[in-house]
Amino acid sequence: MRVFGVALRKELLEQWRSYRLVIVGSVLLVFGFASPLLAKYGPEMIRLALPEGDAILQLIPKPTTADAVSQYIKNISQFGILLAVLMTMGSVAQEKDKGTAALMLVKPLPRLVFLAAKMAALGLTFATGIVLAGVACYYYTMLVFETLSLSAWLALNGLLLLFILVYVALTLLCSTLSKSQVVSGALAFGFLVVLSALGAVPRLGDYLPGRLTTWAASLFAGGGDSAWPALAVSVGVIVAALLAAWLIFERQEL
Amino acid sequence: MAAIRIEGLHKRFGDVQALDGLSLTAEPGSVFGFLGPNGAGKTTTIRILAGLARADSGRAWIDGLEVTADRRRLPGRIGYLPQDPAFYPWMTAREFLDHVGRMFGLPAGERRARIDELLDLVGLAEAAGRRVGGFSGGMDQRLGIAQALVNRPPVLLLDEPVSGLDPAGRRELLQLIDHLRGQCTVFMSTHILADVERVCDTVAIIHRGRLVAEAPQQELLSRYAIPAFEIEVQNGLADQLVAWANSLITRAWVVSVSLDRAVARVTVSDVETARRELMASAVAEGLPLNRFEMVRPSLEDVFLRLVEGGGSE
Repeated sequence: MRVFGVALRKELLEQWRSYRLVIVGSVLLVFGFASPLLAKYGPEMIRLALPEGDAILQLIPKPTTADAVSQYIKNISQFGILLAVLMTMGSVAQEKDKGTAALMLVKPLPRLVFLAAKMAALGLTFATGIVLAGVACYYYTMLVFETLSLSAWLALNGLLLLFILVYVALTLLCSTLSKSQVVSGALAFGFLVVLSALGAVPRLGDYLPGRLTTWAASLFAGGGDSAWPALAVSVGVIVAALLAAWLIFERQEL
Repeated sequence: MAAIRIEGLHKRFGDVQALDGLSLTAEPGSVFGFLGPNGAGKTTTIRILAGLARADSGRAWIDGLEVTADRRRLPGRIGYLPQDPAFYPWMTAREFLDHVGRMFGLPAGERRARIDELLDLVGLAEAAGRRVGGFSGGMDQRLGIAQALVNRPPVLLLDEPVSGLDPAGRRELLQLIDHLRGQCTVFMSTHILADVERVCDTVAIIHRGRLVAEAPQQELLSRYAIPAFEIEVQNGLADQLVAWANSLITRAWVVSVSLDRAVARVTVSDVETARRELMASAVAEGLPLNRFEMVRPSLEDVFLRLVEGGGSE
């Protein structure tokens, strides 16, 4: 546990010094406050920007809180997984390539702890980003629409964080497989494409991580459309990816 | 108990047999030179000893612990400097050493004192607060030595520690290694013979993954070095020197003749005969000599003889 604390301290310091925390926090924060504003003022912007704006505005339904939430889920999930791949793809691959992994792993740092500290630091980075985005979106939605249910809002953001962490864990696995961060990034995007394609398959999609975002949306659409199997599968994918990464990393020569 | 013991290590990478039954022993407190041409298997051996690679077969022990069976208990027993050490560029030298000290569980006060001591030892005290990303190759190498010493390991594994350093940096690092003699066992791989001659008390020469010789340096020199004479003539008489040198080849007591501008190096099998006849022959040829001396056999002579001889003694 002491060594995990030392490794996590280094990883968090790296998240800060390499601006990863700032980038993730800023991008998600921007989409956090922009989502309700775009939902509210998007139609108005269209009206002002286009010559036939007034006619088009008549066709667009009056924006609601559900539009703000839907916009938020779409933005955070899409940019979240993009950031998850970009911020994670070099985490192990780069250390293997440069030799820092070899230098540190001859010290009392087990390989499992090396990986777990990276996953924990990335998890905290994305959790910070989601908190910033969630607070911003909650506040601006309250200003331009209405106050959201706090418990539902917390549940929605928890689901979004879990959805993003699935891709963090898969990319960490890819980063363990390769010595090149480009290759690991390409492998991670491969996972992304496959999971997206499988998610579109009727019935099968109900069990995949993508279903978490529709569950999150339903929390404010009044559907109560829960997806516990998808949640269990997502947690399972995270655990399996980390386990696979550890077993592979243990066998690798550095 | 030997500081390092290796028995019959084998390691293959595809078609390449990197280690082919390597066995050797390093005594505690010695500076052990692990010598071999590029591709001989030096780095592979050190990576196996450090627990970073696995041997196909064979066994190795460090400080009594069999590293080929249990690498988990190894870290406290070794310090390791890879050939091209890399650090986290966003850390300062002090932060990196502090991170390593924390890994080893050193209490804060002891950690601070140890870091100051090591920064002084490797000459990085003034650069302690600078980001490692801006360090030169020599500074990286010094920081590499410092991080390897944080836990006061009984065995220090150094892979080509002076490669890439300028002459001043090399001298300083070799002085540092010399300073460690007796404090810990230094196992140092290199292909630079002069460095081994300077600091190592025991030498192992490997070639194509096999040990071809292992002995204290002086014993190795007396066992394998062939006596040699150097004859230097005035500049401008190189052609005359070449003709004379070629005539020597036929003599029974001459092993080989090599030429470097105005200097001929003659290795011989019979020192006494050579001492009498070589000088007489040069005088008879009318060569105006600047120098005639029996030269001290060098490790280079031994190395070339063993390695160019296909690894057989």
